[in-house]
Amino acid sequence: MTPKPQTDIVFDNVSKFYGEVLGVNRVNLSIPPGVTSLVGPNGSGKTTLMNMIAGLLHPSRGSVVVCGVEPDDAEQFFRMVGYSTQYDSFPRGLTGYEFVECYLRLFGYSAKDTQRLAWEAIDRVGLREPSARRIAGYSKGMRQRIKLAQAIAHRPRVLVLDEPLNGLDPLARAETIALFQALAAEGSHVLISTHILHEVDLISDHVIMMNQGYVVAEGQIRGMRDEISEHPMQVLIRCDKPEYLASQLFGEKQVVEVRLHADRAGLLVRTRSAEGFYKLLNHIALNGVQIESVAPADDDAQSVYEYLIGHEESTR
Amino acid sequence: MTPATHSNWSLWMRQILAIMRIDLRKTFFAKRGLWIYFLAFCPEIPMVGHWLFSNQTDALANDVQIFSGIFQVFYLRVAIFFGCVGIFSNLFRGEMMDKSLHYYMLAPVRREVLVAGKFLSGLVASVVIFGGSTLLQFPAMYWHHGRELMHAYMFTGPGMSHLVSYFTAAVLACIGYGSLFLASGVLFRNPLIPAAGLLMWESINGFLPALLKKLSVIYWLQSICPIAMPNPRGNARNIMALLVVDIDPAPAGLAIANLLLIAAFVVVWAAMRARKLEISYGTD
Repeated sequence: MTPKPQTDIVFDNVSKFYGEVLGVNRVNLSIPPGVTSLVGPNGSGKTTLMNMIAGLLHPSRGSVVVCGVEPDDAEQFFRMVGYSTQYDSFPRGLTGYEFVECYLRLFGYSAKDTQRLAWEAIDRVGLREPSARRIAGYSKGMRQRIKLAQAIAHRPRVLVLDEPLNGLDPLARAETIALFQALAAEGSHVLISTHILHEVDLISDHVIMMNQGYVVAEGQIRGMRDEISEHPMQVLIRCDKPEYLASQLFGEKQVVEVRLHADRAGLLVRTRSAEGFYKLLNHIALNGVQIESVAPADDDAQSVYEYLIGHEESTR
Repeated sequence: MTPATHSNWSLWMRQILAIMRIDLRKTFFAKRGLWIYFLAFCPEIPMVGHWLFSNQTDALANDVQIFSGIFQVFYLRVAIFFGCVGIFSNLFRGEMMDKSLHYYMLAPVRREVLVAGKFLSGLVASVVIFGGSTLLQFPAMYWHHGRELMHAYMFTGPGMSHLVSYFTAAVLACIGYGSLFLASGVLFRNPLIPAAGLLMWESINGFLPALLKKLSVIYWLQSICPIAMPNPRGNARNIMALLVVDIDPAPAGLAIANLLLIAAFVVVWAAMRARKLEISYGTD
């Protein structure tokens, strides 16, 4: 029987120390294809983790295997992996096109293929026109995009992007997110680190949350939220009689807190059991309350991050 | 389009050429490398001055001695030495400082191939600069003796053989010092410290026992030079005596073979160490 090809990025008990300083500790992960966001405060170990996926750092302990290949096998590994680092630095004196083209040549492509792939990548990030200008004259957003072009030019299956949305204007940001989603739809891994939590929900299929060198949670946001039992689930209910509904809910066991929404057209309810609460709500609704909508109010990345890592850290 | 269809050697050659294409441009056209050109071509300044203002009564034999002194005392020990520090140390460490080395590390290039490509880039650049300057120094030094005497010295006398020897010494100096400074760029955060240590070692070479003398680059380079360094006269004697120590030269063939072996050993060692090289410009 042919073994199933390995498609995940696998961290097996990985630790990284810089001398006595902890980078990451005992990381066990299996990251499937799709868009995965890596979130955490500064110094949490995100870049260390990404650098290990890309083979720029070696684990002090454990192993990292990307789609069945280890970073030591450079010739195979780096045809599969593209990495746009957080470093806003480029070789001196190069134009955008030369930057993409000259590193593509290291892959051994012919001059014709190199040119074609370079233009294809430059077009994908929308930089054809300024690509003849020197990178030194680019804006921060253009530098981000030319780095992205360089990372995707060889059509990698695994794309690692450290803070790729930094410095992008809203239009470029939307286009870049669409590009990530298109790459993920083609079956690629797109691993992104970001500080902008409200975009994590929009971008990601999976989220990895890190703090102080440890992975504190991983998976889909909703699944993560369900695991956080010490913070009651918050639900926003839009209805025609919020005050009446509030009075009905106050006495119920599973309801921890009820607040009228600021616009007085709804309620924010905290409950320990979402399932029990929804049953209760069905029952109350039968008593003449017109409920327009019921939606979880804190199962987004921002809320989960605040519960797990803390508000102070999240706003740093 | 698939590069995997190439044989390994063909792929490595393409990769080495690609590395050289990037690095040669950086080395030749970097503003911060202007001092290397100055160092390489500064002997021409007094030589051309000598040509312009000479009364043409100097004996050619005197100029042959003077050239030998300039080449061995200044050019090999100072100009090529520091030029190679500037060129070869920057191949890895300079890119670490610029935070651009990771672009190479993220390409499907074996570290050994990367080291070989970078070494060859440094070598081509240094040979063009220092070898080229050596070739220019010859006419600059002797032209004032007149075309006929110059022609006779070059083609019927020992001039051409001297020129070949000096050029060979310059190339081998680039290979020898280049390999050491490439390795120091891979191994040390601040390659100036090992460079200072090596400078010290090379400077005291003349005072070392015979066996230790051979553990240096300058000993083998001096063995290739066609004329022994002249003994200084007058006030210069005390200072120059530090540098002008009679050596028991090795045969030129042995010197060339040994220098190449030393350089090959150092480059292979650097390549092995480069496998473990990590990119950590600053932790997150």
